Amino acid sequence: MIRNSAAEMAAKLNAGDITSVELTQLHLDRIASVDTDVHAFLYVNNEGALAQAAEVDAKRAAGEKLSPLAGVPLALKDVMTQKGVPTTCGSKILEGWRPPYDSTVVTNLKKNGIVILGKTNMDEFAMGSSTENSAYGPTHNPWDLSRIPGGSGGGSSAALAAFEAPLAIGTDTGGSIRQPAAVTGTVGVKPTYGGVSRFGLVAFSSSLDQAGPCARTVLDAALLHEAIAGHDPKDSTSINAPVPQVVAAAKSGDVKGMKIGVVKELNGEGYQSGVRSRFEESLELLAAAGAEIVEVSAPNFEYALAAYYLIAPSECSSNLARFDAMRYGLRVGDVDGASAESVMNLTREVGFGREVKRRIILGTYALSSGYYDAYYGSAQKVRTLITQDFNNAFEKCDVMVSPTCPTTAFKIGEKSNDPIAMYLNDIATIPVNMAGIGGMSLPAGLAPEDGLPVGFQIMAPAMQDDRMYLVGAALEAALLSKWGAPLLSKIPALAGA
Amino acid sequence: MTSLSRDDVANLARLARIEMSDEELVNLSKEFTVILDAVARVQEVAGADVQPTSHPLPLRNVFRPDVVVASLTPEEALSGAPAQEESRFRVPQILGEE
Repeated sequence: MIRNSAAEMAAKLNAGDITSVELTQLHLDRIASVDTDVHAFLYVNNEGALAQAAEVDAKRAAGEKLSPLAGVPLALKDVMTQKGVPTTCGSKILEGWRPPYDSTVVTNLKKNGIVILGKTNMDEFAMGSSTENSAYGPTHNPWDLSRIPGGSGGGSSAALAAFEAPLAIGTDTGGSIRQPAAVTGTVGVKPTYGGVSRFGLVAFSSSLDQAGPCARTVLDAALLHEAIAGHDPKDSTSINAPVPQVVAAAKSGDVKGMKIGVVKELNGEGYQSGVRSRFEESLELLAAAGAEIVEVSAPNFEYALAAYYLIAPSECSSNLARFDAMRYGLRVGDVDGASAESVMNLTREVGFGREVKRRIILGTYALSSGYYDAYYGSAQKVRTLITQDFNNAFEKCDVMVSPTCPTTAFKIGEKSNDPIAMYLNDIATIPVNMAGIGGMSLPAGLAPEDGLPVGFQIMAPAMQDDRMYLVGAALEAALLSKWGAPLLSKIPALAGA
Repeated sequence: MTSLSRDDVANLARLARIEMSDEELVNLSKEFTVILDAVARVQEVAGADVQPTSHPLPLRNVFRPDVVVASLTPEEALSGAPAQEESRFRVPQILGEE
């Protein structure tokens, strides 16, 4: 049962084959059994989840009309507030904090009867590509426990791959939904910026952050996408327009006549051979399904990484100023006669981890007078050039594609002392955030040399998110008929407790 | 090549309100030489004629009606406070500093 897709679980709930309480308990049991090894969860809300499930069961028994995913469990990234439930963002500075309000994503999940199992591990304040920057220890990739599950949303992706939840919420600032999906053989979607409300998403880089759905199938991601998306007056950057028809697109999967643009600059040197061969194979399958493959060029993408590592730290240095030890969270050094400033300094020393401090200092530097134009100002101009590259390319194609990441999952500890090597993971995912458009990663198979999952990335113009689901569904169907079973059926069994 | 000295980093840490050990300051100053070298590439492409982008959406002045809606109670707002007194946040001494 726990290996079913969310859509299959929903059908069984509808048919009365199982109750939401039973389905939720199966997942809580699975978490209790395997999460000691995987460490996908920072907090498991047993009572809260079962209470929510019982409520959905009661409504179903009373004959109320329910949402498509009502009663299906989900794992929530710990960067989203849920009223009364601990929210740490993977940081010591928020240890023990229970937010007094729900994020809009959580409000929407509850409205749809989606059962929230608990909070998933992440790189501290979503800064990282491996979940090794969590103050609560790393998450392990269920494909190989010695490897990283991606980041920052490694807890959410690992929970999906370990069958601890069929659905999860992630957030994507530079690839934190798509890269974890790629390295765990799952599906992750970063919607168009403004497509899903950021209210209650603890901000890292406000002009880049975007929440989105994580799942094991394209259709499940689409169902979750529709459940959480839409205009929210509480987020002034949320788009006031109808949500793209992503579920219809995922059910159709018709790519006949679609033009798929392969980004010349995101392929080739620096990409692992197995990543390239799986990517080429996917292109052939899409061509066989009736799409036209064309090559497009985005010459400024090579500067995206550099611009990102100025823009994101700059915004983070400002956003994380709110952790000042005054109103919530950790407070250190509050002895008689201590000044507010010394309490702030000591609290932030103890409360923030190494990568967060590194980025706050870098952002403080990039924004300081005398350096502003050379660093932050130039990075903003690169952002314009990247958006222009996308606009030019989308004149020649309907979607753009690339491998999601240059390599498969690396070993835990392999890159933790080399920030630049770690940042290179995000080279193919960052341009999407810079332009505010949509991006999806779905499994393209295993790299022959190491047997680990490879991700295929689809990028679509702003508010055309349905196109990613069309192409994603077409590729998923073609790969499924080639393999005979979903990729995750090949994952090694976890020992369990 | 741009580099930051230990004292430069100490000054930034002071501005960012983060206490740092000497070891941390020295390590960061070493790392920044590498990081700044990598990010300085942005200066290669952006000509004076390119407009900066600060945000992906062309939004300006988003308004909502000025209507009172439900908000947090004082108890809820104070629920995460490290210290409180008489339904207020209790904070360390602010006045009397330089």
